[in-house]
Amino acid sequence: MSDPSTKQRIRAFLETNFYIADKSLLVDDASLLDRGIVDSTGILEIVAFLESDFGIKVEDHELVPDNLDSIDRLVAFVATKRAT
Amino acid sequence: MCGIAGLIALAPGLAPPAPETLTRMAAAMHHRGPDEFGIYCDDRAGLSHARLSIIDLASGQQPLASLDDDVLIVFNGEIFNYVELRDELSAEGRRFRTKSDTEVIIAAWERWGEGCLERLNGQWAFALWDKRRARLVLCRDRLGVRPLHVAEHGGYLYFASEVKAIFAADRAIPRELDPHGLDQAFTLWAPVAPRTPFAAVRELVPGTFEIHELASSPPSRRVASYWSPTFLSAAGDTLAAAEGSVQRSAEATLAALQEATRLRMVRADVPVGSYLSGGLDSSLVAALGLRAKGERFKTFSLRFADAEFDETEFQDAMVKMLETEHQSVVVSRDDIGRVFPEVVYHAERPLMRTAPAPLFLLSKLVRDVGIKVVLTGEGADEVFGGYDLFREGKVRRFWAKQPKSTCRPRLLERLYPYLARSPVDKRALATSFFGRGLDRATQVGFAHDMRWRNGAALRRLFHKDVAAELAGSDVVRELLDDLPAEVRSWAPLGQDQLLEMKTLLGGYLLSSQGDRMLMANSVEGRFPFLDKQVVELASRLPARHKLRGLDEKHVLKQAARGIVPASILARKKQPYRAPDALSFLGAGAAGYADELLSQASVSRAGVFDPGAVGKLWAKCKTSQAEAFSNADNMALVGVLSTQLLYTQLVLGSPACPDVRLTTHIDRRTQR
Repeated sequence: MSDPSTKQRIRAFLETNFYIADKSLLVDDASLLDRGIVDSTGILEIVAFLESDFGIKVEDHELVPDNLDSIDRLVAFVATKRAT
Repeated sequence: MCGIAGLIALAPGLAPPAPETLTRMAAAMHHRGPDEFGIYCDDRAGLSHARLSIIDLASGQQPLASLDDDVLIVFNGEIFNYVELRDELSAEGRRFRTKSDTEVIIAAWERWGEGCLERLNGQWAFALWDKRRARLVLCRDRLGVRPLHVAEHGGYLYFASEVKAIFAADRAIPRELDPHGLDQAFTLWAPVAPRTPFAAVRELVPGTFEIHELASSPPSRRVASYWSPTFLSAAGDTLAAAEGSVQRSAEATLAALQEATRLRMVRADVPVGSYLSGGLDSSLVAALGLRAKGERFKTFSLRFADAEFDETEFQDAMVKMLETEHQSVVVSRDDIGRVFPEVVYHAERPLMRTAPAPLFLLSKLVRDVGIKVVLTGEGADEVFGGYDLFREGKVRRFWAKQPKSTCRPRLLERLYPYLARSPVDKRALATSFFGRGLDRATQVGFAHDMRWRNGAALRRLFHKDVAAELAGSDVVRELLDDLPAEVRSWAPLGQDQLLEMKTLLGGYLLSSQGDRMLMANSVEGRFPFLDKQVVELASRLPARHKLRGLDEKHVLKQAARGIVPASILARKKQPYRAPDALSFLGAGAAGYADELLSQASVSRAGVFDPGAVGKLWAKCKTSQAEAFSNADNMALVGVLSTQLLYTQLVLGSPACPDVRLTTHIDRRTQR
C-alpha cells in the first residue's frame, strides 16, 4: 500500500505547479499528457519534484509514461522506488 | 502608410457624422499617420484619415475625391503596381488630378468594379464611399498586412484601422472582451478574423471586401472573397514534382522576388531602409533591395543582451557584404518589461510572446533616424515552407504510416537536437509526446494539433464563468470546419501552409509583430515575400522543392546562392524569440506586473481565475529560469497582456491628442 499522503502531496504539487483552478481536472487515473496538464517539459518538473520531495532518484530508463503519466502511476512509482 | 476610419448612418434620419467624431477617430490613430489629418462628411457618411506621407507628398492628401466628386476614399497602404495601372487607365482616356496610388484605386474601381481587386498588387485597407449610389465598400489586402475593423452601434456602422479609433468615436460602443476571441488567442496564438478580442468589433477577413448598400431598405451588406491562398492537390503536386526541377523553380523564385523587392524599393518618394535579422529571408531581401536601388541604404537590426537570442554575428556578415549604413538596438529583459504596456496598447490583442516588444523598439530606432519605410523578410516561412512545424508534421506523417517503427520517430532528433541530449529522448516518453494523434495523420490540422492542444490546455486559467461560456465550443474544430472542402485534397504541406497563413501570419506576425509595432512609431513595413506574384508562384511549386527531405525553404536557399553569404545559407534556422516571463521579474515591469496580476485586478477583469493566476505568478517569481517551461511562459505573457488590454481599452480610453486638420471636406446639408 502506498502512503495516502503521497497522493495528496502529488496532487498539491500538480495544482500549484501547473496553476490549476478547477481541481476536477485532476482525475487520478487520467493521462496528464493527454489532458494537456503537462507537456514534455512538465514531465521533467514532476521528476525534479519527486527527487527533491521524496528523496528518490529517477533513472533515465524509468522516464516512461507508465511511471509518470497519471497521478495513480506516480503514486505507484514512488511506492516502488521507496520499497527498493 | 496611414490610419483610416469612418462611419455611416445605416438608417435614414440619424444625425450626420460629426466632424468632431471623425477628428477624434483620426487622433486615436495619430501614430499611424502623424504627417497630415483629414476628414470628410456628408449627411450619411464620414471618413477620417491620418497620413504618413510616402508617395506623392504634395498632393496625396486624403480623403480623396474622384474627378466628379461623387466617390471618396480613405486608403491605408500601398498599391505597388499603381504606375502600370495608371498607365493602362490613362491609355483609355482616364484623367488624374494627383500622382498618388490612392487615386488609382478610385479609377480602377470605377473602371472594373470588384474585378479591379484582382489587379492590385500591394498591401491595403480602404474605405470607398460612393455618395451618389449611397454605397460603402470596405476592402483588405490578400494576406492581412493592413488591418480593418468594423463595429455596429446605435444605427451606425463604424470602421477603422485600429480598434481604438472605433472606441474613440463613441464612449457608448461596448468594449467587453469576447471569451471566444480570447480562447482563439490562447489556443491558436491569435484571434482569427473576423473575430477580435472585443465582442462588439469584428475584423475584415484578409482577401475579402464588403459592400454596404444604403439605398436598399433595410440597408444590405454583401461580403465576398476576391482571393484566398490555393495550393496544389496531392496529385498535382506529384505531377509538378515530376515535370519541374528545383533549379527551374529557384530561377523563377529569384526572378519573382527580384521584381517584388524592386517595386517595394523604388515605389516611394522617401528613402527606404531594410531590416536585417541575420537569417536568410531578410538577408536576401536586403541584398535584392541593394541591387534594385544601386546605392547604399540604411539597414537595422535587433540585438539581445541575452546571448541565447542574439544573432549579431550573422547580421555583421551581411552588413559587411552589403556595406550598408547599419544601426542596431540592443534589447534587454528590462527593456521588454518597460515597453510591454505600450506594446499591448498598440497590438490591441492578447500576446502569447513578448517578441513584439523588441520590434517596437526597433521601429523606434528607424523612426528616430528619419526613415519611414523598411523592407522585411516576413512571410518567407509561410510562403516557402520554413517552419519547424512543417518539418515535424512531415516526420510525424511518415511515422504514422508505420506507427510501430522505432526508427522513424528518431528523425525527430534531427529536428530537435535537444531530444538527443535531454532525458526526454528516452524513446517511450518522446514517443508518447510526439506520437499522440498519429491515427489522425491524414486529417487537415494534424501538424498543428500538438501546438493547439498545448494552447487549449491554458483554458484551465480562465475564470469559471468564462469557461462556462466556452463549454461546448472548440476553436480548432471551428477553424477546420470553416476551410473550403478542396483543402482536404491538397498535398499536406499546402494544408499546413494555409493554416499557418490563416492563424499566425494574419493574426500575429503581420499584426502584433508587424503592422502594429511598425505603425506605433510611424514606420511602414514592406514585405517582398508577400507579393502577389511571389505567393502565387510559391503555392504552385511542388512541396518537395520547398521542403526537400527535412531541408526547409530549399528552393529559396538555391535562389539565394551567391547573393547571401554561405554562412547564412548554411546556418540552422533560428526562430525569432525574445526573453518572455523573465522580462517581468526585473525593474522594467516593477511598476505594473504585481498590480495587474493581483487577486483584486484579476477578479475585476473577470477573465481568469485569481487563484490560478496567483500560483502562476508565484511560480514565475520563485522558479529558476530553466524550470519555467514554454507553456508557463505563454501562460504568463498571455495573462499579463490580457490584463493590460482590459485596463487600457476596456476600463481606460484611447489617447486622442489634439490634431490639426489639413483636409476638411464638409458636404452636410443637415446639422
